[in-house]
Amino acid sequence: MLSEQAANVRPNFFTRVNVGDRAYATVLSALAGAVLIVAGLIVWVLWKSAHTALATHPLQFIKGTDWDPVRQSFGALPFIYGTLVSSTVSIIVAVPIALGLAIFLVEIAPAAMRPLVSFPLELLAGIPSVVYGLWGLFVMVPWLRQSLEPLLGSTLGFLPLFQGPPLGLGYLAGGLILAVMILPTIASVSIEVLKKVPVSLKEGSLALGATKWEMVRTASLPYSRAGIVGAIILGLGRALGETMAVTMVIGNSPEIHLSLFSPGYSLPSVIANEFAEATDAMHTGALAALALILFGVTVLLNSIARLLVRAVGRGATRS
Amino acid sequence: MRRILAVCLGLGTAALAANDLLINGAGATFPFPLYSKWFNEYNKLHPSLKFNYQSIGSGGGIKQITEGTVDFGASDAVMTDEELAKAPDIVHIPTVLGSVVIVYNLEGVNGLKLSPDTVSGIYLGKIKNWNDPALAKENPGLKLPATAITVAHRSDGSGTTNIFTDYLSKVSPDWKSTVGIGKSVKWPTGLGGKGNEGVTGLVKQNPGAIGYVELAYAIQNKLATAPLKNKAGAYVKASIESTTAAAANVQVSDDFRVSSVTDSDGTGAYPIAGFTYLLLHKDQKDRAKGDAVMHFLWWAVHDGQKTAAPLDYAPLPPPIVKKVEALLKQLTVEGRPVQFAKS
Repeated sequence: MLSEQAANVRPNFFTRVNVGDRAYATVLSALAGAVLIVAGLIVWVLWKSAHTALATHPLQFIKGTDWDPVRQSFGALPFIYGTLVSSTVSIIVAVPIALGLAIFLVEIAPAAMRPLVSFPLELLAGIPSVVYGLWGLFVMVPWLRQSLEPLLGSTLGFLPLFQGPPLGLGYLAGGLILAVMILPTIASVSIEVLKKVPVSLKEGSLALGATKWEMVRTASLPYSRAGIVGAIILGLGRALGETMAVTMVIGNSPEIHLSLFSPGYSLPSVIANEFAEATDAMHTGALAALALILFGVTVLLNSIARLLVRAVGRGATRS
Repeated sequence: MRRILAVCLGLGTAALAANDLLINGAGATFPFPLYSKWFNEYNKLHPSLKFNYQSIGSGGGIKQITEGTVDFGASDAVMTDEELAKAPDIVHIPTVLGSVVIVYNLEGVNGLKLSPDTVSGIYLGKIKNWNDPALAKENPGLKLPATAITVAHRSDGSGTTNIFTDYLSKVSPDWKSTVGIGKSVKWPTGLGGKGNEGVTGLVKQNPGAIGYVELAYAIQNKLATAPLKNKAGAYVKASIESTTAAAANVQVSDDFRVSSVTDSDGTGAYPIAGFTYLLLHKDQKDRAKGDAVMHFLWWAVHDGQKTAAPLDYAPLPPPIVKKVEALLKQLTVEGRPVQFAKS
């Protein structure tokens, strides 16, 4: 009798008696499966139109640095490079600021101040990217050209990253505009994560004589590591796929330069720029192949990030 | 409440009268403001006729007319042989002209003049500074600074770029062999801006910059433009008149497949101009729609031309209108030619 009751409490998926339950479960599984099917279809459609460009030399396409629609010579490397560089710059700039903001709001600022900051933060996240792009083009780029880039050039000019004429448009502009755009995402998720840290944990560390900073460093941050990494991944995802704002400030020139001051190009930008007017199969194929690569880069970075979350999460439970 | 509902339903059915005809088109963005004006005007003359035009770009227009999903397409460039092989029965009907103007940003310099050699030299990256001897020779009265030239071009695929590179290929063998003609090309130098507004932004912000935008955009935004030396040796400012003049003396084939109007003859001709086209199947399979489209086109190249100039498009010159008339008379609806009102 008892064992029978236990079986009813946790019924097996396949031995459910209730028809409604079973139907509900089937519908939900179908919906979950649909996500996979849609992702699969995307890859399939992209592959179908991309194979004209990829069929002959897929590796050549990825490694190639030439992009000449007139001569039908297509290479993806400048775009992959531009996407990775601008995203990296954005993460390097945005993460410390976002994290600092989150820690300040949760641990240091008076509680009344929290909504004052978090409301505009959410507003920032909702601004359309083209508005960021216009602001970037008309406000940020002139400032970069006249102030920041000459300053970086004169102080850190010994690094190859900060050499060359200050044009304003380029990888740095692309990275900075992305940093502004992903900052609200990273900050607001981090705030939520830090709020979840148990008070007992924090009080415990304070009781052991920790200062406020030591409490944040030894109690809050380790506890919420996985969540913060997750927040950064969310931001990175937006940075990789962002099109409009980056297009307007990155300079749109398919070249590879070490200097952050030089104009570059990114994967989503070139697709948005050229797809509407691309007519021959080879050109559209090459653009579809770029989309496939972007898909691949996103999957790859997300997988790495997931592994990171898992590793970090394990670390948190161990300590 | 029920009565209101009934009235609403009644209105709804009235708006969708049975004899209403919807013509679908898609394509170029450049002529879109003019086309919507035309559709609006024509709809006033023929209230049962409605147009639905999607300005998705010339590439999309060519694709959709080839696949037969629209009644007409629109493109800023003629279809290539490869594209026509998929739909050999498509004809090009020029509707208006556009031109490309050179804009620059040089403080204290007014009235910069350019020639084919200097424009191509700058865009090839061979002329790097404003005080280059070639530019100085062209502009003896001007004090040109010793600063670098920042070249701006379109980053998105565009009919404007197609016309501009067509011009550069004609005047510079170097350009033809190293870059070529296209809506997107591999630029030897410079920064890319998205759309006319992107290029304008680059030029306005960068002292010492040069760029190219379409005429309508330059007129509406009052940009400083450089007169260009044409084939006859005269320096011509881009305007609606000089753009129309560019097409007046040009040799075009009867089917308009060969209809480049860049670097054309005539002292008043502005050298960087081009047609924009509607794309149509030679024989219209649907009687009602076919008739409507044909008569609309006839109206567009006659009465419609009057609305072009106020919207900053250059109307077709009379010899071209004659050619379009001849072409339209060759087209058929269900195998029969169409009778037009008057020539």
